[in-house]
Amino acid sequence: MLKVNGIDVFYGDVQVLWDVSFHVGEGEVVALIGANGAGKSTTLRTISGLLRPRKGTVEFLGERLDQIPPYRIIELGLAHVPEARRLFPEMTVEENLEMGALKPAAKARRAESLERVYARFPRLKERRRQLAGTLSGGEQQMLAIGRGLMSLPRMILFDEPSLGLAPLLVEEVFNVVNDIRRDGVTVLIVEQNVRQTLAVADRAYVLETGRIVREGTGSELLDDEEVRKAYLGV
Amino acid sequence: MASAAQTLGRYRTAAAVVGALAVIPLVPGLNSSYVLHMFILMLMWSVIGMAWNLLGGYCGQVSFGHAAFFGLGAYTGGILYYHLGWSAWWGLPVGMVVVTLGALGVGYICLRLRGPYFALGTLAMGEVLRVTAENLEWLTEGTRGIMLETRTWVAKEPFYYVILAIAVASFAVLEVMVRSKWGYYFVAIREDQDAAESLGIDTTLYKTIALVVSAVLTGVAGAFYTCYMGYIDPEIVFALHDVSIVTIMVVMVGGVATRWGPLVGAVIMILLSEVVRTLPYIGRAHQTLFGILLIVIIIFLPNGVVGDFRKMIRFFLGRSKPAGAGGV
Repeated sequence: MLKVNGIDVFYGDVQVLWDVSFHVGEGEVVALIGANGAGKSTTLRTISGLLRPRKGTVEFLGERLDQIPPYRIIELGLAHVPEARRLFPEMTVEENLEMGALKPAAKARRAESLERVYARFPRLKERRRQLAGTLSGGEQQMLAIGRGLMSLPRMILFDEPSLGLAPLLVEEVFNVVNDIRRDGVTVLIVEQNVRQTLAVADRAYVLETGRIVREGTGSELLDDEEVRKAYLGV
Repeated sequence: MASAAQTLGRYRTAAAVVGALAVIPLVPGLNSSYVLHMFILMLMWSVIGMAWNLLGGYCGQVSFGHAAFFGLGAYTGGILYYHLGWSAWWGLPVGMVVVTLGALGVGYICLRLRGPYFALGTLAMGEVLRVTAENLEWLTEGTRGIMLETRTWVAKEPFYYVILAIAVASFAVLEVMVRSKWGYYFVAIREDQDAAESLGIDTTLYKTIALVVSAVLTGVAGAFYTCYMGYIDPEIVFALHDVSIVTIMVVMVGGVATRWGPLVGAVIMILLSEVVRTLPYIGRAHQTLFGILLIVIIIFLPNGVVGDFRKMIRFFLGRSKPAGAGGV
């Protein structure tokens, strides 16, 4: 479904990604794990068109994402739940959700999607008229995920969804990821929370200083000696 | 989304304000030539402030170069008059076309920049146009400026009603835009441009729309200025301080991204500059005083007089309650 082929990405003159390649099949949950500064977010920003690779390609359902403007990528059915939520703090919860359904196909079913999101996250319904900036961290994360779902995506990119959340909320986030997969939506998730991510992921890639150094199924990597030592501290 | 009652209330306020402004020239005591001149300047600055507010307040693209558009509008009228013998009033419609082209040029260069870099880019564009106007003497008469032999009317009343009509039209255009889905796109771009882009908003397109509309309204005010004052030169209409910065002050003092902020800010700024200029000794230092005022506003009333209205009232009525964030 998504194919990243040998991308090199730079910030100015500084190379951040070296020849990164991976793929995500339809219906899979794939994780990209690695330490701070390994290039995980850079990879996602390249997929969503905010950065352009100097070499290599990004394909989604056969379309070259690296050649179209970022605002058109969502029309292809690829939604992005960005790092640190990136909500519109001075808009209400409901307005934030409505901003998720801008493409015509999603707009036509906006009321229905809104009900679905509210059914999944009752807290958001209670706070629909509240400014997004006044929500708690966990509620903001739910809102960011809800906004992503409003576009009726075929695939969702999650950038560090558990960042800064209490353990109970982290668990809730991973439950949501599981629900989304059950609805037939493909997921690419970037996380530092390695143990829980590998538990829900079908497959995972390990990024280290801008290169993919390992890949395997979630359980393979959980058992991998190097991964255990580097990321799980055992 | 506003309820029906709020909608009614909104337009009732607007209708009351327009009604009150419309009868001002008929009120004894207010219909002196001097007072009307003040009102004309207030309305003109409120148009420029409203225009800037669309781009800077709602869309979050802070421009330090609105003199570029003011001057382009002013010079379109002046040049049509001086070289072709047309009425300078043609500067209004023709200026809209010229300023649109100018804004597309400025946007092409500056809209790829973000935040402070956009502000610096527009500042540079304003200065580039000023220096160009000073040196393109075959077209602009350079620093000698362009003077209208006669102005259309001697009385102030007709000018007053022309600028009132422009102000009402600008208010209506911006009201419609800000309440439409475009308004939400503008705010989304202001709050987080990358998130807006990844949700499917063509941010370049909508920033360009905000810039062009903002520029065109500013240009109309500039063209009006030529007709009203009867004399322009590059130092006046492309002025960095007296146009670009004052525009920002009008909106900051009144309230950024508020409906009535630009009008309130224009009234305060015009009154203040009149008072300050008549003060002995320090009158010359009015720019210094404006700078101090701006700092005070940013610290104590970051949302302007309109945005922090409740906070101000509380301050003057005694500080019984803690100061909270002002409503918009």
